[in-house]
Amino acid sequence: MDRREFIKIAGISSIFGLGGLTAFGTLKGKLEASQTGPSQNPQALKAKRWAMVIDTTKFKTAEDFQRCIDACHKAHNVPHITDNIKHEVKWMWTDTYEHVFPGVEDEYLAEKVKELPMIVLCNHCDNPACVRVCPTKATFKRKSDGIVMMDMHRCIGCRFCMAACPYGARSFNYKDPRPYIKEEDINHEFPTRMKGVVEKCTFCYERLVKGLMPACVEASNGALIFGDLEDPNSEVRKILSERHSFRRRPELGTRPSVYYLF
Amino acid sequence: MLEKAIQGSSRYWVWILFLLSLIGAGVIAYIYQFQNGLGVTGMSRDVSWGLYIGQFTFLVGVAASGVMVVLPYYLHHYKKFARLTILGEFLAIAAVVMCMLFIFVDMGQPLRVLNVLLHPTPNSVMFYDMCVLAGYLILNLIVGWTVLGAERKDVPPPKWVKPVIYLSIAWAPSIHTVTAFLYAGLPGRHFWLSAIMAARFLASAFAGGPALLILLCLIVRKYTKFDPGKEAIQAIGKIVTYCMLINVFFLGLEFFTAFYSGIPGHKHSFIYLYTGLHGHSQLVPVMWISSILAAVAIVLLIFPQLRKNEGILAVACASTFLSLWIDKGFGLVIGGFIPNPMERITEYWPTFPETVISIAVWAVGFLVLTILYKIAVSIKEEVVYDKYGEKQIQS
Repeated sequence: MDRREFIKIAGISSIFGLGGLTAFGTLKGKLEASQTGPSQNPQALKAKRWAMVIDTTKFKTAEDFQRCIDACHKAHNVPHITDNIKHEVKWMWTDTYEHVFPGVEDEYLAEKVKELPMIVLCNHCDNPACVRVCPTKATFKRKSDGIVMMDMHRCIGCRFCMAACPYGARSFNYKDPRPYIKEEDINHEFPTRMKGVVEKCTFCYERLVKGLMPACVEASNGALIFGDLEDPNSEVRKILSERHSFRRRPELGTRPSVYYLF
Repeated sequence: MLEKAIQGSSRYWVWILFLLSLIGAGVIAYIYQFQNGLGVTGMSRDVSWGLYIGQFTFLVGVAASGVMVVLPYYLHHYKKFARLTILGEFLAIAAVVMCMLFIFVDMGQPLRVLNVLLHPTPNSVMFYDMCVLAGYLILNLIVGWTVLGAERKDVPPPKWVKPVIYLSIAWAPSIHTVTAFLYAGLPGRHFWLSAIMAARFLASAFAGGPALLILLCLIVRKYTKFDPGKEAIQAIGKIVTYCMLINVFFLGLEFFTAFYSGIPGHKHSFIYLYTGLHGHSQLVPVMWISSILAAVAIVLLIFPQLRKNEGILAVACASTFLSLWIDKGFGLVIGGFIPNPMERITEYWPTFPETVISIAVWAVGFLVLTILYKIAVSIKEEVVYDKYGEKQIQS
């Protein structure tokens, strides 16, 4: 090969190279858009900032909690790890009042109040610490509706977000989660995960886009109310303006989007 | 200069083989971890960082501490450190290599490590930590190699290296400050949410790192002809003394704030670490060993008469190093996770594979250190006289 020929080939291949890059860039833009951008589906539920109100008075039996948790965990192929509690993965679970609202307990508080179970999940903070610390933007707050999302294909498993989250809302897949999902329970419309990534509640973004309410809300018989915090006429705003509500650890400035009614 | 690393006595090769066997065991353990996930470690949903990140944190301090010999020599022309700077710089290189490996073995998806570069995220402290660590590694390689090469050829180091050295001096505290910011900026982790965290990190680093350097100097002098200098070792001893005192003082400040304010969240981790909380006390003996070692170290260091005896100085340095290794390489990280944000307690203890992997990372560090020190010492032995005409070889 002489020099002229070499330059010719090099030139052509670099043009193809650049073209390839551009094509890849456009494709990448589309892919991202389909995951994070506003949905094309006219039925999709939309909001400026999704929020959830948990009416704790409507949870009466253990069954009331379990129905919501099961709906969530089934919809999202959350593994049921019981052999080692340290490796538990949970998107929605319950804990007692004194643990959900630590620091507000007092010694004369009725035992039944202290032990009152409440449902907990990711708070989808308006100022999320987990998003701030993630070194790869694998967890990010969706601009369109404020949902704190998780890209489990990008997550490197550094677990910085778990250290940052003041609500213990994040789970890490310490082992392959797939053997812990019953074959008959697998929801084929939602991905299962591999080991080594962090996961959490995503406010059922995949259901909202289809015009459906989050799975837990649907299963809650009205105990969980979901709506747009920035719409003054939404149900959540109406309830919040009428009843006394609490958010977990508001003093940290994370501005949670999950409210508790007592 | 690398050829110096492959010419050594049989003792040198036995040591290298020993390190390689530890590394081999670690590789097997790592393959096991890679296949089965981080569930093979003692970490959990509640204590999501463990020994790996603790060791990383501690070793960033060791890396940064190289500046404690580089700064007095290059900024204050403290001639006694002329022979030592290379040992400080090469220790920093080995420490940064270990830091990077500890981060790597801690990753859930190590094959995605390049995502940190592909999706640079300037709001994440971890992004900066990666930048400053890589930068510090390169700076020390350039400076150490160039200055040592010049010494070998018996010429003054090139002029361009001076600004690089000044940059590396400024860079050293930055790596440890950024590492402290990994912890100090997290809402809801009271134990770490302290403005003094970076200062504490620097104080403990500048005590622990130089303590290790003294031990290394004594070993080098015992097994080679190179003499880092009695006065130089004593001068580092003073640095260790002051920094250890400052470190303990800073820890005292943390205790004061937590207990005088009486805020439960601020007290919980301290109570857990030093006396146990709600019947959970797995870390209490370890933390007390650390405290006792710190007390022993301070008593031995604080009296110049004791410190001047190199045997006692060695004991003091070993105590300092071990004390800080426990306090920062273990207690500080685990303590921050206990109790968890829901004020429940899950305890942590490293598992066997986790320990083998950690030992292997240390072995890699010591392998790098041995090779670099072998090169440095071989050159010093050839040159005989240091820059100031003083003999740097034992007769």
